[in-house]
Amino acid sequence: MQKFTKLTGVAAPLPMVNVDTDAIIPKQFLKTIKRTGLGKNLFNDLRYTPDGGENPDFVLNQPAYRQAQILIAGANFGCGSSREHAPWALQDFGIRCVIAPSFADIFFNNCFKNGLLPVVLPQEQIDQLMELAKQGAALTVDLETQCVTAYPRNINFSFKTDAFRRDCLLNGLDDIGITEKKTAAIGSYEERQKAERPWV
Amino acid sequence: MPKTLYDKIWDIHVVARQDDGTCLIYIDRHLVHEVTSPQAFEGLRMAGRKVRRADLTLAVADHNVPTTPDRAQGIREPESRHQVETLAENVRESGIEYYAMNDIRQGIVHIVGPEQGFTLPGTTVVCGDSHTSTHGAFGALAFGIGTSEVEHVLATQTLLMKPYKNMRVEVDGVLSPGVTAKDIVLAIIGEIGTAGGTGYVIEYTGSAIRALSMEGRMTICNMSIEAGARAGLIAPDETTFAYLKGRPKAPKGEAWDKAVAYWRTLPSDAGAKYDKEVKLDATKIAPTITWGTSPEDVAPITGIVPDPAMTKDNVKKQSMQRALDYMGLTPGMKLTDVTVDKVFIGSCTNSRIEDLRAAAQVARGRHVAKNVQALVVPGSGLVKQQAEKEGLDKIFLEAGFEWREPGCSMCLAMNEDRLDPGERCASTSNRNFEGRQGRSGRTHLMSPAMAAAAAVTGRLTDVRELT
Repeated sequence: MQKFTKLTGVAAPLPMVNVDTDAIIPKQFLKTIKRTGLGKNLFNDLRYTPDGGENPDFVLNQPAYRQAQILIAGANFGCGSSREHAPWALQDFGIRCVIAPSFADIFFNNCFKNGLLPVVLPQEQIDQLMELAKQGAALTVDLETQCVTAYPRNINFSFKTDAFRRDCLLNGLDDIGITEKKTAAIGSYEERQKAERPWV
Repeated sequence: MPKTLYDKIWDIHVVARQDDGTCLIYIDRHLVHEVTSPQAFEGLRMAGRKVRRADLTLAVADHNVPTTPDRAQGIREPESRHQVETLAENVRESGIEYYAMNDIRQGIVHIVGPEQGFTLPGTTVVCGDSHTSTHGAFGALAFGIGTSEVEHVLATQTLLMKPYKNMRVEVDGVLSPGVTAKDIVLAIIGEIGTAGGTGYVIEYTGSAIRALSMEGRMTICNMSIEAGARAGLIAPDETTFAYLKGRPKAPKGEAWDKAVAYWRTLPSDAGAKYDKEVKLDATKIAPTITWGTSPEDVAPITGIVPDPAMTKDNVKKQSMQRALDYMGLTPGMKLTDVTVDKVFIGSCTNSRIEDLRAAAQVARGRHVAKNVQALVVPGSGLVKQQAEKEGLDKIFLEAGFEWREPGCSMCLAMNEDRLDPGERCASTSNRNFEGRQGRSGRTHLMSPAMAAAAAVTGRLTDVRELT
């Protein structure tokens, strides 16, 4: 997995609540059997008109945000389906970090498996970052110190990340590799269960 | 210490615990479908890993499959066909049981699991699909996972995770005529909001829940995810055991007796602690529909389209306005004046036999309104067969409904069943997001009886007026 340590980049403001995974990557793009190439259809229905042209009002079509690496959004970001195509599409577009007041559980979880950092901050701080993003300010997200800063402005917001997940992101660790070290424990669990719950 | 149903299931599945509280959890049942699995199988191949427990895994194609009668000749759409063929190849290589498209047992993965007795109380059930919460109706800890986790389960039969918090939603009282499990769950989502259950597993309790059939319980647990909760749970009881007994994959003979004795120990202990509790009065729930683009945008069918101006919160006001613009509705309009173009009866929320019976009861002797297209898509080949045995197909066909082959269909419109731009649909599915049923399509969620009522009148209708 791609590591996430520290990132400085343009933050795109997306002041919408309940941004669902159908909005992030609509179903017609889920027919792929690959993880890559979804970036061009990220936010497809918001980003493109029905005839395929760009919607100039959508933030990622504006010149200042075409290279955005950070997204600032409203509450309950990523609600809806379990499609990992949502973080894959964000990642493929170039977004490595989403900052929001809250996330839906499955999306939140999926981000960590893909080197994408979801950052939870209180609404007041999101409001400030949203304003800065609208002005085109660059933000720095540091997972080592767990801080979001906006130099030279006086912004330094600290956030919390689950210790294990943070460690995996910082070191680019693959979950399956970690679990495989427990193969013996899994085997003995299976033996025990065969005796205790044989019908399973 | 008294434990909740969730705590009990969690505890018996812990294989290992790390210092920070992250646990390695054993997965008893893994359901696989064509959309979220190809990258997982590819990942295994690239790393030279094998499927650890093919015997605990069951695969079926549902999202992409056509529902038209000519599907026996194959899938026309090349990308869909490729995805389904990829699944067939992956499961063949790994020795996973698979119900092919024209197998009578094929259907929506969350209909198939319970129907086969694959889903059992006290087990952990996962699938790369958020509506895996459906299986919680059996007192199974069931939740949707992403593709990386699908790969993790295929390789290790476990998942790394931290425990969720406990939430109880208690619904007491007797439902009024015309009110169903779907109305209960829409009312719950309206009450707690689409993020109300985030970080929790919801246990549904109370006399109104106990009185529900397994079909109704599955409808409730299915939409836990629309309330933000990754899993929903209902304690197993006699209704559960009666449903499971004799199912192909359910335990038999002595094993059955042992299993039932164990399942009886699962319900939450008296005095078990919940981190959050919500109560609803079932007698106050009316047939409920959604008016907006989030499942929390609910209203009783007797109500009106709400006015964003009445909301103080600015963010909420803006999102309401956006929803109304998208839905083409104006504040104050009576919901029963809203006309529909399409009706969809199906999905993992509402395509079981009981749902089809309820819809057929409304359709019987009536006819689909002019300019309305109405689809009935059974949840599985076996549901379809049962419905045909009961003559429900004839009732639907005589009333002008289309009687289709099983699959996810217009719930997410990955196959050819979808809304055209601007079209409005009365739908028994679970999500009314923008574009969910087709770009610029407009979705109103409701129960099967309410959807059938909308089909025959051509507008959103209080089903109680038709009885």
